Amino acid sequence: MAKYKTAPLKSWERAKEIRADYYRNYEAAHEKGGLRWAGGAWTFDAVPAGLGDDVYPITSEPYGATIAFQKDFSDRCLEAAERAGYARDLCAYMRNYWGSIILNEYGWVDPGEERKPFPKPDFIWQDHICCSHAKWYQVVSDLEGGIPEYCVDVSVGPYEKTTEHGIDYVVGQLSDGIDWLEKVTGRKYDDEKLIKAVYNTCRAESTWAEICMLNQAVPAPLEEKTMYSLYVLGTLQKSSQAVADYYDELKAEVQDRVANGIAAVENEHARVMTDTQPPWGFLRVFRYMAEKYGCVSVGSLYTFALIGNWIWKDGKFVPRPTPQSLGVEIKDRDQALRVLVEWELSKPEWQHFYHPKYKSDMMIQIAKDWKLNGVMLHYNRGCEGLSLGIAENRLAILDAGFPVMVFEGNMGDEREFDEGRTMARIDSFMESLGVPKLA
Amino acid sequence: MITTGIDVGSKNVKVVIQEDGKVLGKGSVLAGLDTGAAISEALDAALKDAGIARDKVEKLYATGAGRQEVKDADDSRTEVGADAAGIAYLFPEARTLIDVGAEEGRAIRVDDRGKVVDFAMNERCAAGAGAFTEAMARALEVPLEELGRLSLTSTKAVAMNAQCAVFGESEVVSLIHQKTEKKDIARAVHDAMATRITSMARRVGVEPQVALIGGVAKNPGFVDSLQRDLEMKVFIPDDPEFVSALGVALLAAGIVE
Amino acid sequence: MAEDSTGKEYWRWTESNWHDPDIDWRKGEIVTAGVDVGSVSSQAVILVDGKLFAYSNMRTGSDSPKSAQNAMDWALEGTGMTLGDIQYVVGTGYGRVNVPFAQRAITEIACHGRGANYMYGPTIKTVLDMGGQDCKAIRVDEKGKVVAFLMNDKCAAGTGRGMEVFSDLLGVHITKVGEMSLQVEEEPPMVSSTCVVFAKSEASGLLRAGWPKERVLAAYCLAMAHRVVDLLQRLGIEEDFAITGGIAKNIGVVSRIERELGIKALKPTLDTQIAGALGGALFASALLQKERKGK
Repeated sequence: MAKYKTAPLKSWERAKEIRADYYRNYEAAHEKGGLRWAGGAWTFDAVPAGLGDDVYPITSEPYGATIAFQKDFSDRCLEAAERAGYARDLCAYMRNYWGSIILNEYGWVDPGEERKPFPKPDFIWQDHICCSHAKWYQVVSDLEGGIPEYCVDVSVGPYEKTTEHGIDYVVGQLSDGIDWLEKVTGRKYDDEKLIKAVYNTCRAESTWAEICMLNQAVPAPLEEKTMYSLYVLGTLQKSSQAVADYYDELKAEVQDRVANGIAAVENEHARVMTDTQPPWGFLRVFRYMAEKYGCVSVGSLYTFALIGNWIWKDGKFVPRPTPQSLGVEIKDRDQALRVLVEWELSKPEWQHFYHPKYKSDMMIQIAKDWKLNGVMLHYNRGCEGLSLGIAENRLAILDAGFPVMVFEGNMGDEREFDEGRTMARIDSFMESLGVPKLA
Repeated sequence: MITTGIDVGSKNVKVVIQEDGKVLGKGSVLAGLDTGAAISEALDAALKDAGIARDKVEKLYATGAGRQEVKDADDSRTEVGADAAGIAYLFPEARTLIDVGAEEGRAIRVDDRGKVVDFAMNERCAAGAGAFTEAMARALEVPLEELGRLSLTSTKAVAMNAQCAVFGESEVVSLIHQKTEKKDIARAVHDAMATRITSMARRVGVEPQVALIGGVAKNPGFVDSLQRDLEMKVFIPDDPEFVSALGVALLAAGIVE
Repeated sequence: MAEDSTGKEYWRWTESNWHDPDIDWRKGEIVTAGVDVGSVSSQAVILVDGKLFAYSNMRTGSDSPKSAQNAMDWALEGTGMTLGDIQYVVGTGYGRVNVPFAQRAITEIACHGRGANYMYGPTIKTVLDMGGQDCKAIRVDEKGKVVAFLMNDKCAAGTGRGMEVFSDLLGVHITKVGEMSLQVEEEPPMVSSTCVVFAKSEASGLLRAGWPKERVLAAYCLAMAHRVVDLLQRLGIEEDFAITGGIAKNIGVVSRIERELGIKALKPTLDTQIAGALGGALFASALLQKERKGK
């Protein structure tokens, strides 16, 4: 007899559809005279939206993760990149991505179909959030024989120390960037589309955070493995109407689940959170924990705040309300850019690049408010950026009184993950937490 | 209550039979490829050593990497739990446990009730374990039992890679070719292992008292290097490789919680 | 390395020595030798007037200078020749500085190129040497001169030591590993090709999960083949292609390399482990002749 009721997500199919359409549209863009562009998950994708409704992005990190799910294909991509001389200790997403270009095979393939060639982007619109991101697209451009590339430097310091000058700096680059986009694409820029895209971005990110808040409920209505497939839509295109609308729909459904006591894990006995990206080829470790111990991972700062936007309010970590909900009405391009930049700079997952303490504080608050028994940290060899300071985070969380387990691995390179040993560690951790095995 | 603890390790299967906290008998057999057979053999050896019949054992708990292979275990525990239980009984003043076996090293911090507070494991990279010393003993053409004693006669510290067993072995070959004395190489091997283990232990925090268990605790060369690195003495119980098995036997009897 | 309770040493590959009884070395004008002191094995090769006269192949052991002497003594055994009869000796391999009786030390890359050229003929363009602790991919010209090379050592080396570790783990004699690895109906997924420690860890898990030995060996041979193919492709392969070193004797690895490359390696006619020492002996002959001309 299960402890709680459970039910599948009704909006699951819609989420899958959005993702499939995204990859198909990118590939087929040219068929109807549309444009393709490439950039990272934190790029200001609201800006290219002003070029038209037939402008389709491909986002590097989720693409790298999509490849990582397909272990055989991923191994081939990784080896192709290594054979071309790129070092193994570079960002795993990046190596998967480059490998797919070198092999000229598209990471997205519909079941039963042949892999299409890698669709070359028409332009690159990127921002430099880490060393890898800075070099990533230079290499992509080289591999593809030259692609126009525009990069925005965003290192203006942690949000709490943002100055007008810092915002001006980024806004100025975006503004110049719009002129550049017009030149490179030959299209006239539409400020109305930009404004809409900015509103969508804020709405998508705020709503996702609200969805994550709902996971404070016991039992948790969502579990992290599912959440990965949901938050990813924001990484694909947070500025799109489809994604913002979907999150509204999802939030309503999750509220409903909370009201009816519907659990993600029917025998929820223990709650944990993880951090950094998971080893994408081995998400079954989440199922292992749920089925063997009734342990649910309610999320992570990564799941909550890579796409979700949050602020500190009265000592609590809460979703950041959208500018539009606070009465802001965007009238023109400059204001749109300003609102967008100020909004994005507050993103929690950017902050630890400046000091690990920012992240520790947020993680500890999540551990408290989401009622956790412990924390599992993935010492992820595949991403320097998100692993930055993780050992300090561990110490801070331990000091705050939460048990922590660490395991080594690589989000995008399955050769560096030891499933058997990780399961053994989970067993030891559960035992030390006093969580019994389910009968 | 007479209980049995079986520790199915990566190299050896160890069995302890206890009653009221007193060890009645022990058995140890190479795990080899037929773990099932090794488990039966080790069990028989322990029963013979204890001089009792199988049906006198009321409960049987298993631990170790291969614990699922113990078909009629009443329950099982992970090695971390088993180690903590064993030391809680043998040496309750311990706050840090270090267990170095054939393939794996563990550092465990416990509170004053012997409850596990934190743990770290070394495996694969910076493995620092028994299989490494065996390989090095062979490279030096010295019997394994002699390697520890030999390293104690060294008066010279030679730096050696402490990150990876493969790199370490490669370096030993270099040292041999450079005609470094065997005793100094032996000491370098133990120092490198100790460095790895200490580094791991520091991740959980080294709080006295420190207990050392596992097969490698019987290697005086390693113990010497470890104590030098930790800058403190470690407590080594008798039969250190049986502590895990003893731990689960005590848990089975409810002598330790 | 572990021995089981019967004291068997699965990792101990066959040491050997040989000489050609039909060559009268006393009539030779140019008598030279090459000694290859490797990290795991050592060989000595003696040439008389450019023809292979004698060789030995044995474990290096823990005493490097002694290894060179032992290898040489064993090659000389039963020939009536002594070290004093050899006119020029070249030392090569990891321990080449510890061949006290050598006139010169030459790198093993150069020696393998030369040796492979002798063993396989002037059509040989790419040589893969799979040694005890490292792997070398070497491109040579028709004279056996090295044109380019790539080495892998330590990480993902794909080497003899790894194979010794596996044969020991599975309790299968190392000389039988190749055959056994081919006794599978279909190729399993390979184990980690990153590091032999990782691979061993995985293999232990697979054994515990009930995989038969043959399958585990296949997974390991596949990983090893894959590693070296990577190395070869980074260098670029031109036929004819040949493999030297101890693992060339492992049909499980060789056949999988051939399959992945789509290229057949030339069949060896001599012990593949002597390539380095043979190259050394050839260099010795050339150097000796140069010296004599100079006089």
